[in-house]
Amino acid sequence: MIDMKDVHKDYANGVSALNGVNVHIDNGEFVYLVGPSGAGKSTFVKMIFRGEKPNTGTVKIDNIDLSTYKERQIPQIRRKIGVVYQDFKLLPKLTVYENVAFALEVIEESPKLIRDRVMEVLDLVGIKHKARSIPDELSGGEQQRVAIARAIANKPKVVIADEPTGNLDPDTSWGIMKILEDINQTGTTIIMATHSQEIVNTIKKRVIALENGRIVRDEAGGDYGYEA
Amino acid sequence: MKLNTAKRHLREGSKNIFRNGWMTIASIGAVTVTLILVGVFLALVFNLNNFASNVESDVEMSVYLDPTLEKDQVEAIQGELESIDKVGSVKYSSKEEQLNQLMKDMGQTEWDLFEQDNPLSDTYVVKTSKPQDISSVADEVGELDGVDKVDYGESTVDSLFTVSKYSRIIGAVLIIGLVFTAIFLISNTIKITIIARSREIGIMKLVGATNSFIRWPFFIEGLMLGVLGAIIPIAIVLGGYYYLSNNVSQNIDIGFVQILPYAPFAFQLSGLLLAIGAVIGVWGSVMSVRKFLKV
Repeated sequence: MIDMKDVHKDYANGVSALNGVNVHIDNGEFVYLVGPSGAGKSTFVKMIFRGEKPNTGTVKIDNIDLSTYKERQIPQIRRKIGVVYQDFKLLPKLTVYENVAFALEVIEESPKLIRDRVMEVLDLVGIKHKARSIPDELSGGEQQRVAIARAIANKPKVVIADEPTGNLDPDTSWGIMKILEDINQTGTTIIMATHSQEIVNTIKKRVIALENGRIVRDEAGGDYGYEA
Repeated sequence: MKLNTAKRHLREGSKNIFRNGWMTIASIGAVTVTLILVGVFLALVFNLNNFASNVESDVEMSVYLDPTLEKDQVEAIQGELESIDKVGSVKYSSKEEQLNQLMKDMGQTEWDLFEQDNPLSDTYVVKTSKPQDISSVADEVGELDGVDKVDYGESTVDSLFTVSKYSRIIGAVLIIGLVFTAIFLISNTIKITIIARSREIGIMKLVGATNSFIRWPFFIEGLMLGVLGAIIPIAIVLGGYYYLSNNVSQNIDIGFVQILPYAPFAFQLSGLLLAIGAVIGVWGSVMSVRKFLKV
């Protein structure tokens, strides 16, 4: 499903983020991405939704090399992938409903389908009753639920979560994890970068550990492996 | 583009006008102020230009004929004059008519002596199709057989042309400068409102919006900003010019000083302001958003 072969990425400021990453992730997997700050986790996930281009090496999704996409075809890649961020990245002036609907308007779905699907995903993440609120009126956990709803609205094959619980208290985090697990159950691949030892050690999944831009460990049902 | 998408762009574009409250007012304000300046200035320059054209079109030369010519020779000269390229119109004025005109101009005095022995010559009054050609045509006419003298008030006319030429150039330069200032000012204001929304654009890109999908609402928003900003300037132009043409033009009744008529000039000017506003609004908005699309 997702294949990286000898991927290198150096940023213009000289920082070397990835130093030869090789990885294969199957359809429907749930993968934790762990490692110290600056290990290359964020760059790793950006490779997948083409937030950055690798300097060398190839990134393939569904056996299609992303480098064969032209600049203006990038939106096509992004539509297959839902992204959830630590800071939610919701549009502050839109309501919860509009924020989620937006992801579907972009791909020019019909208004009726948008209406149904938005309510469906809001229900799925348990925030249907706040559909008319704006993000500032919600708690962090609620905002993250909206962000997840937006990420899965167009039924992507992959959901990338870059420290989705980074800004949330533990109780709220478990709620978010429950939702991500539910999504994974429907066959969606989840790739989650995280610093949470507790989550990784409790909800056992495949763990990929990055250090200095290299994969140093890749084990199914592994531990967080760092002292928190 | 699907119809639903087009409707969405329209809806989003107009909603943004309200969502961005003060920024919208700032942008519309910038459009309004600059368009008022452009409007007043255009009205001024167009009228000055019109005035100069009116004065120039009155420029003519008198071709005095040799008094010894026979009637058919005089008529032959008319043909020669009309065959010169740049000549617009040729009018014959006999020496009797000349004298009558002179008598009328000077008032009733002792003219009897002259009526018996008219010292004036038969004359052709010649206008060129382009007033500026008058001196070259005058030289050519002066060479013709049977022409005694050509007079077109050389020094006065030359300085008139110089003045009107420079005033046209200065007017054009000022208008272009003003329009560019307007474009710069307005697109900068719009740019600030869009920089505040770069995050929004980033999120749009993240969920897979194409560049044109992102650009359309901004296009519509820019268009609306420009059009809304043109409303007050147009009202000022229509109202102000109405007042001017009704009051001032009646009081200044000096034949050649005439302002351009209210209709269609005021309406043309309003249309021009609307177009400038719309183009600048769209341009400023689309150019500013372009920078943030490279995510």
